Amino acid sequence: MSAGTLYDKVWDLHRVAQLPGGSTQLFIGLHLIHEVTSPQAFAALKDLGLPVRLPERTVATVDHIVPTTSQARPFADPLAEEMLATLERNCSDYGIPLHGLGSGRQGIVHVIAPELGLTQPGMTVACGDSHTSTHGAFGAIAFGIGTSQVRDVLASQSLSMGKLKVRRIWVGGQLQPGVYAKDLVLHIIRVLGVKGGVGYAYEFAGPAIDALTMEERMTLCNMAIEGGARCGYVNPDAVTFAYLQGRPYAPKAQAWERAVAWWRGLASGADAVFDDEVRFDAAAIAPTVTWGITPGQGIGVDETVPTLEQTEPDERPLAQEAYRYMDLQPGTPIAGTAVDVCFIGSCTNGRLSDLQAAAAVAKGRHVAPGIKAFVVPGSEQVAAAAEAEGLDQVFREAGFEWREPGCSMCLAMNPDRLEGRQISASSSNRNFKGRQGSATGRTLLMSPAMVAAAAIAGKVCDVRQMINTTP
Amino acid sequence: MTAAMTTSSFPFGPVSAVRGRAVVIAGDDIDTDRIIPARFLKCVTFDGLGEQVFADDRAELSGEHPFDRAELQGASVLVVNRNFGCGSSREHAPQALMRWGIRALVGESFAEIFYGNCLALGIPCFTASHASVLSLQEALIADNYQELSLSLATASLENSQGQLWQLELQSGPQQMLASGQWDATSQLLANDGELARTAASLPYINGF
Ligand code: SF4
Repeated sequence: MSAGTLYDKVWDLHRVAQLPGGSTQLFIGLHLIHEVTSPQAFAALKDLGLPVRLPERTVATVDHIVPTTSQARPFADPLAEEMLATLERNCSDYGIPLHGLGSGRQGIVHVIAPELGLTQPGMTVACGDSHTSTHGAFGAIAFGIGTSQVRDVLASQSLSMGKLKVRRIWVGGQLQPGVYAKDLVLHIIRVLGVKGGVGYAYEFAGPAIDALTMEERMTLCNMAIEGGARCGYVNPDAVTFAYLQGRPYAPKAQAWERAVAWWRGLASGADAVFDDEVRFDAAAIAPTVTWGITPGQGIGVDETVPTLEQTEPDERPLAQEAYRYMDLQPGTPIAGTAVDVCFIGSCTNGRLSDLQAAAAVAKGRHVAPGIKAFVVPGSEQVAAAAEAEGLDQVFREAGFEWREPGCSMCLAMNPDRLEGRQISASSSNRNFKGRQGSATGRTLLMSPAMVAAAAIAGKVCDVRQMINTTP
Repeated sequence: MTAAMTTSSFPFGPVSAVRGRAVVIAGDDIDTDRIIPARFLKCVTFDGLGEQVFADDRAELSGEHPFDRAELQGASVLVVNRNFGCGSSREHAPQALMRWGIRALVGESFAEIFYGNCLALGIPCFTASHASVLSLQEALIADNYQELSLSLATASLENSQGQLWQLELQSGPQQMLASGQWDATSQLLANDGELARTAASLPYINGF
């Protein structure tokens, strides 16, 4: 059993009581809500006649259903409009701050909470969205919950939870140029599998993790859930504190000094005990691309789609399903696979550094004929920062569309979607069947720089060749 | 698509047994996007979801999907393989299954958020070994999906031939379901004093 890890310490600090069924009542320090998974929770709260226990620890935004071409109200889609109107009404009825469209602070929930300084080390963070694991980048224990649990957090600011085991994922060496946090996490999931993390929290540690920026750590923790781990985290350090200092909700003046001292003490100690440890070498990782229908079906861009014999026996039915669905031939190189749509954005890779990496590839080049390529910033703040640097111009000149912030084609609840059998190069996190809005649409997951390279080439290609040559 | 809505009430109070026909959905890693595609999440209530469960898979199989087969209408047990319900946290997935009529699941393993969401609706997720699940799936097909019964107290399943399968049900969920306290809200509200003390002890709640 783990002991002395950040997970153990934060868990103990937030324990309220032991519940009759044997689970623990855990206090939730930050509750994030959005339009898709909250309306039914508020309806249940109203039915029960209960107030929101701590509206000041609850923060709302709108992200999943917002259009990215025009965000004028009312939205063209009446269902989307009804969802936002319902969220607005609930927030105003219960006194919950809503960072709405045009506020300058709207965006994907997992992008805005960190950039506003809401997410801090040592917190428990819950949200009705599985990618809440993102916030673990700060040394928070952050996890996705269902709508009944959203209701519970609204009503009681706490949850009934069972404690997870802790696996340390130690990453030595350094990522090579052209290889990003996205490649690292796709590689980890490829090796440990999409079920490998079930029952675990993942602690990411080691020299390669220490060297990551906060935005890269967010990409990494964001996809812990794709590896089956309900939460993933990185111990807070100087990189974390430098990112947080001066953000709107970060502690100020003397409180800042006290906060940093407290945060430092939360990190897993040298004597921490883990349930399990797995080691990786960052230097050995290539840009990684998925070829199948789960995020675990990934390969290096210089590899071939695995043949049935190259997959583990119990993975073969899924591999066969993936061959049929994706229409990719086992044994053929993934590089060279023609794509139709290129999407840069999402809570995995819609932050400023993601757009910078993609723009560096796009600059001075042009999207291949017939390819639809678009960039969706993760938040209004990301959009403003990117525009201040002229990244929007770089993308437009290269033939990409520059859109308004939101989740967009990550899950296609807005008008952005694949049509028919189209195949996308996507910087998002899920390549499930039908994920991007067409029941037969296909998704290749990769880093934003790799998506930009695919847009330029019209097919999957190794971005390392583009960053080593001038256009 | 035939709408197969059960009119029976949703789980309420103590859950000690589930009886009915079982439907088999074979395959590992069946994600929540497949159980309920994202376009159906554009709703402010869960009411219509029973008709949309597995929408894309059902359309692809045009009537041959287990959820569309005439003899399986009204089934209340779903038998699956590994890592069922992975992916998104959307409670719309168990809600859609429940509204179609499912009251219990049996599988080799379940994704955690999905498992918790099911429990919050009063739906037990039983697990069993790889070999057991396969033998159960085969027997169900051989038996032409006759009625079976699941007991929560013994975590066992018996088919119409009297064949018995020993399953597993975690003791926490088992107790919560048996006592009718699977809906956590009232328990959580009962400890408000402790909750206030916990909050007061946290530096970030107190401005450090
Ligand atoms: S960007 Fe995608 S994964 Fe992230 S919150 Fe939005 S829909 Fe979910």
